[in-house]
Amino acid sequence: MAEKVLVLLGTKKGAFIAESDAERRSWKLRGPFCETWPMNHVVADQATGTIYGAGGNDWFGPAVWKSTDLGETWTHSSEGLAYAEGEEPIKAVWSLAQANGSLYAGVQPAGLFRSDDAGQSWSHVEALQKHPSRPHWNPGGAGLILHSLVIDPNDHDRIWIGISAAGVFYTGDGGKSWEPRNLGTRADFLPEGENYPEFGQCVHNLVMAPDMPDRLYQQNHCGMYRSDDGGKRWVSIEKGLPSTFGFPAATHPRDPDTLYLVPLNGDSAGRYVPDAKAAVWRTRDAGREWQAMRTGLPQENAYIGVLRQAMATDRLEPAGVYFGTSSGALFASADEGESWASVAQHLPAILSVETLVVDD
Amino acid sequence: MPRTETAAVVVRLPAVLVDLFPGAVRRIEMSVSTVREMIDELDKNWPGMRDRICDSRPAIRKHMNVFVEGERATLKTRLKPGAEVFVLTAISGG
Repeated sequence: MAEKVLVLLGTKKGAFIAESDAERRSWKLRGPFCETWPMNHVVADQATGTIYGAGGNDWFGPAVWKSTDLGETWTHSSEGLAYAEGEEPIKAVWSLAQANGSLYAGVQPAGLFRSDDAGQSWSHVEALQKHPSRPHWNPGGAGLILHSLVIDPNDHDRIWIGISAAGVFYTGDGGKSWEPRNLGTRADFLPEGENYPEFGQCVHNLVMAPDMPDRLYQQNHCGMYRSDDGGKRWVSIEKGLPSTFGFPAATHPRDPDTLYLVPLNGDSAGRYVPDAKAAVWRTRDAGREWQAMRTGLPQENAYIGVLRQAMATDRLEPAGVYFGTSSGALFASADEGESWASVAQHLPAILSVETLVVDD
Repeated sequence: MPRTETAAVVVRLPAVLVDLFPGAVRRIEMSVSTVREMIDELDKNWPGMRDRICDSRPAIRKHMNVFVEGERATLKTRLKPGAEVFVLTAISGG
């Protein structure tokens, strides 16, 4: 049966969906959805096709939006998506992930919630907030946000999260207990001699390799890293990259050694692609060597940035790769990053990119 | 609550809020004696509306305003019989 690809976009002003057949040459854009709320992360349940959107609106607060008809109609809920009375209220939902019938939401200020009824109601995973390091968590530039959520597909009790700027934390018991997993990642912004703390690193994005749940990749404010033991120890894989700084990371749907990044020119030089020439950097050997993929991407005056959740791959063969810019452009590759084409321009700032492949 | 402490008030809601709740209307009358009760009643009519107007402190959201007789109200503000209450979105965003 023919398949079609939906590229799900969270933007500063609503969710959008770009749709194509499996050839991925011609695209149609739909949206804006979710009443033009800022949507930090729009994801899909690959089994059911249900789309969920993580949002936070300056007027109306946080909510998770939901569509069961591929984006035609949407509802929203925030039932239970709240801290206790008197605590700083939740400002926005930042990340979503699902496993084993549960949907998890990372929020700002950093915390984790779980829904067991497909996003209708939420319960707080309180043990994370009770970790002894919690009073020492400091916000990153975008606030104290839980932006990365990674679940072991073979053991749903194993969850890794990334908090800016508290670092990576891990639970092996479904959220009852947590431990920091930052050994080997730098914090250049701390005083000399204190650059490898137990927690407090500025993780920017955390992803899991396919079929290798103990292999994690991490784009950090201060370097690019790989772990092959579930985050117990991280090794730098930044050699060969044009910069140690960037936000997104996307894994290949089948090859655990392939990873895509968009390094930027550093944290204090505008946070553009280096030399204003756009490139996605790809490794085929788990970070030992890197190759710049530029064909079809703007190579002149490209003062663009790509935010932490704004790159994704699809599961087709060959794999598609997508990224959205903070200036509202969406680029797509239908050949694993070898060549690129513009899908959309002039959108609101793109905050997240995810994909869904469904039967047409 | 004794009937003498409740009052029929008119509540006006902004379109951008009403649009979030299918079937919600811009103008509703209800018998309540405080802003908190008014929001509870709105939530009974359209489940989830409380969360859009109030945060978990609990308080009226930072960028939402509830005006009673021309004055910005809090959850504790009492409502006199016949009062007209405006729920408004504040200037916000970019």
